[in-house]
Amino acid sequence: MPFIPHTEQEIAEMLQAIGADDISALFEEIPSHLLANELTGVPEGMTEMEISRLMHARAAQHPQSVCFLGAGAYEHHIPAAVWEITTRGEYYSAYTPYQAEASQGTLQLVYEFQSMMTALTGMDVSNASMYDGATALAEAVLMAVRGNRKSKSRKILMPTTVHPTYRKTTRTIVQGQHIELCEVDYDPATGVTSLEAFKEKAGDDITAIVIQQPNFFGNLEAVDEITDWAHENNILVIAVANPLSLAILEAPGNWGSAGVDIACGDGQPLGAPMSAGGPYYGYLCCTQTLVRQMPGRIVGRTLDQDDKEGFVLTLQAREQHIRRSKATSNICTNQGLVVTASTIHMSILGASGLEKAAAACHANTMALVKQLSQIEGVDCAFESNYFHEAVLKINKPAVEVLVALAEKNILGGYDLSEAYPELGSAILVCATEMRTDEEISAYANALAEVCA
Amino acid sequence: MLIFEHSKTGRNGAPQSPKQKANVDDIPASFLRKDRAALPEVSEMQAVRHYTQLSQKNFSIDTHFYPLGSCTMKYNPRACNTLAMLPGFLSRHPMAPEAQSQGFLACMYELQSMLSDVTGMAAFSLAPMAGAQGEFAGVAMIEAYHKSRGDDGRKEILVPSAAHGTNPATATMCGFSVREIPTLDNGDVDLEALKVAVGPETAGLMLTNPSTLGVFERQIETIAKVVHEAGGLLYYDGANLNAILGKIRPGDMGFDVIHSNLHKTFSTPHGGGGPGAGAVGVAERLKPFLPLPVVTKEGENYRWLTEKDLPQSIGRLSAFMGNAGVLLRAYIYMRMLGREGMVRVAEFATLNANYMMAEAKRRGFELAIPDRRASHEFIITLKNEARDLHVTAMDFAKRLLDLGYHAPTTYFPLLVPECLLIEPTETEAKEALDGFMDAMQQIREEAEADPDLVKGAPYTLPVKRLDEVRAARQLDLAWKGNEVE
Repeated sequence: MPFIPHTEQEIAEMLQAIGADDISALFEEIPSHLLANELTGVPEGMTEMEISRLMHARAAQHPQSVCFLGAGAYEHHIPAAVWEITTRGEYYSAYTPYQAEASQGTLQLVYEFQSMMTALTGMDVSNASMYDGATALAEAVLMAVRGNRKSKSRKILMPTTVHPTYRKTTRTIVQGQHIELCEVDYDPATGVTSLEAFKEKAGDDITAIVIQQPNFFGNLEAVDEITDWAHENNILVIAVANPLSLAILEAPGNWGSAGVDIACGDGQPLGAPMSAGGPYYGYLCCTQTLVRQMPGRIVGRTLDQDDKEGFVLTLQAREQHIRRSKATSNICTNQGLVVTASTIHMSILGASGLEKAAAACHANTMALVKQLSQIEGVDCAFESNYFHEAVLKINKPAVEVLVALAEKNILGGYDLSEAYPELGSAILVCATEMRTDEEISAYANALAEVCA
Repeated sequence: MLIFEHSKTGRNGAPQSPKQKANVDDIPASFLRKDRAALPEVSEMQAVRHYTQLSQKNFSIDTHFYPLGSCTMKYNPRACNTLAMLPGFLSRHPMAPEAQSQGFLACMYELQSMLSDVTGMAAFSLAPMAGAQGEFAGVAMIEAYHKSRGDDGRKEILVPSAAHGTNPATATMCGFSVREIPTLDNGDVDLEALKVAVGPETAGLMLTNPSTLGVFERQIETIAKVVHEAGGLLYYDGANLNAILGKIRPGDMGFDVIHSNLHKTFSTPHGGGGPGAGAVGVAERLKPFLPLPVVTKEGENYRWLTEKDLPQSIGRLSAFMGNAGVLLRAYIYMRMLGREGMVRVAEFATLNANYMMAEAKRRGFELAIPDRRASHEFIITLKNEARDLHVTAMDFAKRLLDLGYHAPTTYFPLLVPECLLIEPTETEAKEALDGFMDAMQQIREEAEADPDLVKGAPYTLPVKRLDEVRAARQLDLAWKGNEVE
């Protein structure tokens, strides 16, 4: 029997100890007319050899395309050691560290992770993770509403340059709590959100604003002046930032004169493969002032009975298993194993390695944009500084262009026409440190053919 | 020793990043970072050794019996990991064209179908990324359903007192108020109290069956009738699905919406706290509200359903499509088990729990609910030991760690004093169960002879009992350099 070790003799001994005639007697409390018939929608079981053959065939249905697609998930080099260590059974098959003395490995690792995230973001505190960047933003909004006691409006300004699905997810998650998400338009010339645009929507009482840096278009927002303006008006500031970009870009904790109140984003660029969309993890950091509003697990360093250093889950009075309906969030399980990978990834690369990777992403995207925008019918959409993504306008329908490129095994970018119809036919392109000069030239040649 | 304490300025993992640092001078200085982030600077070997040694400080299923009640710590087959990590899956961008994603989409579609079959629900969405997010999706669908009918007065979610904390927390997040329904001493819901509680304000009842008390809710059909007649919907918390897998289906019990913790029942790893997956299943009338995306099959091709297909959907729950890699592991596990393997899970999980319960009774431990069959888990109450010997459930738990067993769930459910909630799962052999019960017996003997021995445990782990009060009062949540030492 798959994964069941019992022998016939043991089954008999166990039933005798219980005092039951057979296993079905153990289910006698279930009304018999409710018992299920044989399943029809589940096929017969497979051996490891058979399932292996099937999964190899399924995986082989995906052509190995050259990826110029980003939009929130990025192809980066991950050191071989990262997932080798991460999938050790001691990490892979452990539970949430409820018994601290028997979970010091995971607990110390999470403490180190929290330390690394506070270093990258320039914030005081990090939690142990949220599900992904989108849900981290939703929880950041809920945190801000709880945390900004001077504001009564429960109104959040959300630029449309924030990732479209992050905005949708936030809407889904906060909709039950009477929070108003008010969108702020970007400047069509620069592709960034002006301070004036925020001011226009502001009115009397705003609880918090969101700024994504780099924004969904890849462009760099004027984070310092927006942060300062918000704080002057008692508005909390939530930063959404690609954590890899923070190796070269200013940390949210240093934006403006006081830094932001909450920083969040998706940890995928730090050691998680693209993996069809997950598992990734959301990071969530904040100032010391807001620590008791933080959702999810937090690990703290403490001492044992012999004054030896050790690690425990702490501030649990915020959480659902203690506070039940009064908890800061319903989150229980988070993305622990991906955090494990990310912590090892950051340790191996270090700040200098992440800096080189981030700079190479920027340089490759610059080279890509330079070559592509020389093609007739292809133009840069915005005049702005960008990190590792940029928007190109194309003289043919984006969807057709991307299909034609896909047939040449090039993932050419993200079609913006649905989320941003005002841009016309436009795509968001990205070249990470993984792309070579040859691949970039090959993309340019292919796009020239398609656009001709 | 922290990884930061292995750090030396100038050390790095050179082969793991581009050879030269590219120029970023085109970016104005005001956008650029002024000080390098204080990440550790270690060699690859130092990192590998550090994190390998840290891993050795963990208990895990691969190293220890881990009978954590309500958590279903069963063996995680290695094939599931290896095959989910094939390059063809790992290198797939989440927004790669559907035409180039048919292998992955086929797996997801079949997973939806298998989950529907084994739970008796009409349709499934794989979007939620953990049990709590599945609960959120379920309760949000209940809200959307009532609203779609113009039934706006339903502001209350009913939750039995034995429920997981996530249930009331979820209801609050969705904007509902929470009313607790008492539980009888025999573990069943107090039906009379339920009848009084339901009414035009009732949006739904969230129920775990078998309950967190480790018994099957025998009045489930009456409960369903009472809730439905009041106009409410019935939510199934799938935390304990392992107990009844393939034996009785939530859909047949009258549930309208369920979530399934794939990281419990379908053996995807817990990973030291996730990632999980909390797929949601619905009865026919809730199909329009499913969270996105959902995979559909048209002819021989698979594609995602979007807002255009399901305009009444409660919406998106993640940036892309949930924890895809976790879903692949669950898919592989279900295909290996097959239809005949599903029901065996419930049977042997239940056999193991009932055997342990019989052994506990034989060895003189007091059971919380002595006169009923256990489901896949059962509860020992150590209130007598706490009263007579001043040795608590926590002390037993810590001493178990010394003896090589991960502790059961302690102090949950909150209704039973000094309790241990014990869930062995079907993948443990009889000798592991016997060994655990021997350890429990040994600890009780120790408690009688020398209570301080038990109260001082653990002795053999990397640390002794940790000061949680200090951790919460003198917050130290991140390494800030040696000056803190």
